[in-house]
Amino acid sequence: MTAIAEKPSTGGSLFRRPRATTGPASWFTTVDHKKIGILYFFTAMFFFLVGGLEALLIRIHLAGPNSSVLTYDQYNQLFTMHGLTMIFFVVMPLGSAFMNYLLPLQIGARDVAFPRLNGFSYWVFLAAGIFTYSSLFLGGMPDGGWFGYAPLSLLGGDPIGQTVGTAGAEMSRMIFYSIGLQIAGIASLASAINFIVTTFNMRAPGMTLLRMPVFTWMTLVVAFLLLFALPIIGVALWQLMFDGAFGANFFRPSAGGDPILWQHMFWLFGHPEVYILILPAFGIVSEVLPTFSRKPLFGYTAVVFSGIAIGFMGWGVWAHHMFAVGLGPVANAAFGLTTMFIAVPTGIKIFNWMGTMWGGKLRFPTPMLFAIGLVSLFTIGGLSGVTHGVVPHDYQQTDTYYVVAHFHYVLFGGALMGFFSGAYYWFPKVTGKFMNDKLGKLHFWIFFVGMNLTFGPMHIVGLNGMPRRTATYPEGMGWELMNRIETAGALLLAVGVLVYLYNLATSLRGPKTAGADPWDARTLEWLTSSPPPAHNFDEIPIVQERDEAWFRKYGSTHEGEPEKVPAGASQDHRHEPGQDHAADVPAEAAEPDPAHHEPVGESGGHAAIHMPDPSWYPLIVAAGMPIGGWGVIFDSTILIALGGLVIFGGIAGWVLEPSAEETH
Amino acid sequence: MADVTAATEAHSDAGGTGEHHTSMGLSNNKMGMWALIGSECLFFGALISTYLMYLDRTNGGPGPEIFDIPFTSVSTFILLMSSLSMVLALAAIQEGDMRKFRTWTLGTALLGSTFLAGQFYEFTVFVAEGMKLDTSPFSSAFFVLTSFHGFHVAFGILMLVSLWAMSLSGRVKPVVHAPLVENIGLYWHFVDIVWIVIFTVVYLIPAG
Repeated sequence: MTAIAEKPSTGGSLFRRPRATTGPASWFTTVDHKKIGILYFFTAMFFFLVGGLEALLIRIHLAGPNSSVLTYDQYNQLFTMHGLTMIFFVVMPLGSAFMNYLLPLQIGARDVAFPRLNGFSYWVFLAAGIFTYSSLFLGGMPDGGWFGYAPLSLLGGDPIGQTVGTAGAEMSRMIFYSIGLQIAGIASLASAINFIVTTFNMRAPGMTLLRMPVFTWMTLVVAFLLLFALPIIGVALWQLMFDGAFGANFFRPSAGGDPILWQHMFWLFGHPEVYILILPAFGIVSEVLPTFSRKPLFGYTAVVFSGIAIGFMGWGVWAHHMFAVGLGPVANAAFGLTTMFIAVPTGIKIFNWMGTMWGGKLRFPTPMLFAIGLVSLFTIGGLSGVTHGVVPHDYQQTDTYYVVAHFHYVLFGGALMGFFSGAYYWFPKVTGKFMNDKLGKLHFWIFFVGMNLTFGPMHIVGLNGMPRRTATYPEGMGWELMNRIETAGALLLAVGVLVYLYNLATSLRGPKTAGADPWDARTLEWLTSSPPPAHNFDEIPIVQERDEAWFRKYGSTHEGEPEKVPAGASQDHRHEPGQDHAADVPAEAAEPDPAHHEPVGESGGHAAIHMPDPSWYPLIVAAGMPIGGWGVIFDSTILIALGGLVIFGGIAGWVLEPSAEETH
Repeated sequence: MADVTAATEAHSDAGGTGEHHTSMGLSNNKMGMWALIGSECLFFGALISTYLMYLDRTNGGPGPEIFDIPFTSVSTFILLMSSLSMVLALAAIQEGDMRKFRTWTLGTALLGSTFLAGQFYEFTVFVAEGMKLDTSPFSSAFFVLTSFHGFHVAFGILMLVSLWAMSLSGRVKPVVHAPLVENIGLYWHFVDIVWIVIFTVVYLIPAG
């Protein structure tokens, strides 16, 4: 009966599934959402260092006027890659890291709906990162900005010193951009489908939609945003590639193409993308603040529905990135209005977080500090965002450092603060150990001060007219002092990152003292051990409350104060007939499938829970994609065909691989 | 069989039937396919919008008048008929009649291939008449849109032929694998529906 003992021998040797779930090879074949989450986290951290170094180089260059630390060409490459890296290879994968690790745990599932597709997402994301950065050795990195405005992005050097493509089209470094993002998009699309199906279909008995933790809700909203935004940028990137590599005429004004089309398609993706970046962090603080306030989230439904509202309204504001293009007063006024409206659901969330803290029994460990950091710093960025909605005001700000200040307050002060909050909060769950809280607080305060020093003065120089994306600035504009402060702040941030890395490295070697529920938290993931077993829960929990883990620990006195439930009375004895709750529980939950109970026995019956087998094919299929991409770059049909062959061979192996069901 | 239950719960992408208990009562595979189709709607929507924007930007080259409506009508009809044979293939596997299933599956793939051949022929005619990818924004938009649709048809044919081959080797079994066929059918019908939109918006309205 123990599935692990009697592993199947079906299938030819070519399609035999790898079995090892430990050891180095297991990381390449894993389909365990927790391991994939960890892979995402450390890969994103690596890219965070790369993107941070790029930012440091930019700041050192801009510390003084008429600087010659970098050439203009290097500067263009660095600011482009800084943006691309931070958005597509740091913040999005950090979101994926948390979603992967937490989503199944929070809804009481054993894994995601499509485990191999989940592994595929990670490997494709890594392949996209490697492909994009391979440009460094192939003639230079993309240099046309993360927004890649055509036809500017079609100009520029030929990375490999030859004119390729039909009609003598000039190959540009931005082809690395178009193909690299295309590959990254496939990764995100696969996870989006995976997370949507997981959230809808894999919930534990009793886990209704409005009992789901807010982080799970935000994951769902982000997955839908990805699902509908990625195909649009996908089309635009394909068109850019066809223009650059095969001589098509989508965006060449000289051949009748329309550059504004690129801008519309890019920002129709680009604005939902902003919410793709921030909503996971909103979800994280919505978990952290209630835990450390010892109160349920204030206005749960308002937070959830404002998240959904952001998901919808995010589609109607894209042209505020294009006010200066000249779309006309009607379009500008309309998009100015929608831009101001979208601040409303965001504001609702801010007030709900404050309401959560209000009157709570507050504790201030590191995750709480970062969460409060998000609430305060994001609010500053959000308010400067509303000023962009005032069209005449935006004419003044557009393409200045004011905009840079705005989006660093929402992305650094918002998204990254949230992710660090989550990194400290769930570290005990992932490892069973604690991060050093003193170093964590030091990290927070260095980040908090450094971030305001770096990006605060950008508001001022921006309003004084300092243009962004420009490699240098002349003397005597009154910008020197501010720029020097900004550079000092950036160096301080670098110190903060070092503190974090040191803390991470030492804490990983620390003792396992955390236990299952170190923070006295509220959601399902804290019911299982730290780190959780491969199958997550020995017994799938039956959910009867919104903060299920909390209500298994605490009852309520008549005054509404939490009261500790006696040990042993909490777990599984609450759905006796006659109790009020019984009506809330779906039929199948009231009479749980006996199969769910069977694994829990005195003989440590975990072995009877058969988890999906590891697989090499996600890695193989992913590896084919950059090969094909390099084929386009080198104009080599052989490489393109080889990439296609690897992809299709991998898919064939994937399909023919014996499945868990067939082997029994 | 507790282990099997747990395995199916966590492992529905393994090419199996995907029919088991889920929170929404819809199988994971089918819900995943619907999500993909939702995404594809925006993919083709963006391509079609581009085409409509560039309808009159022909750079003096050929415009919509180049389309051979009777020819494309025939190939459209062929593609639509492939949806019918897809439905018949699904009905056959649901009844467990594998001989019929193989006939209709292969028939669907053949009809799809005929459509692709027609598209290939059409492209060669257009190129011969002076409309290439780089002629104008109009030609770029036309070729990229229709070849992306063609690529989707080709991928569908690949899946159908694989189904046929796997049913010969016994990997695709009667009745149990009907949900798998239904899922591939969903994809196939979607690709057909996209073509109806393309045929109307890209060919009929501008040429008429």
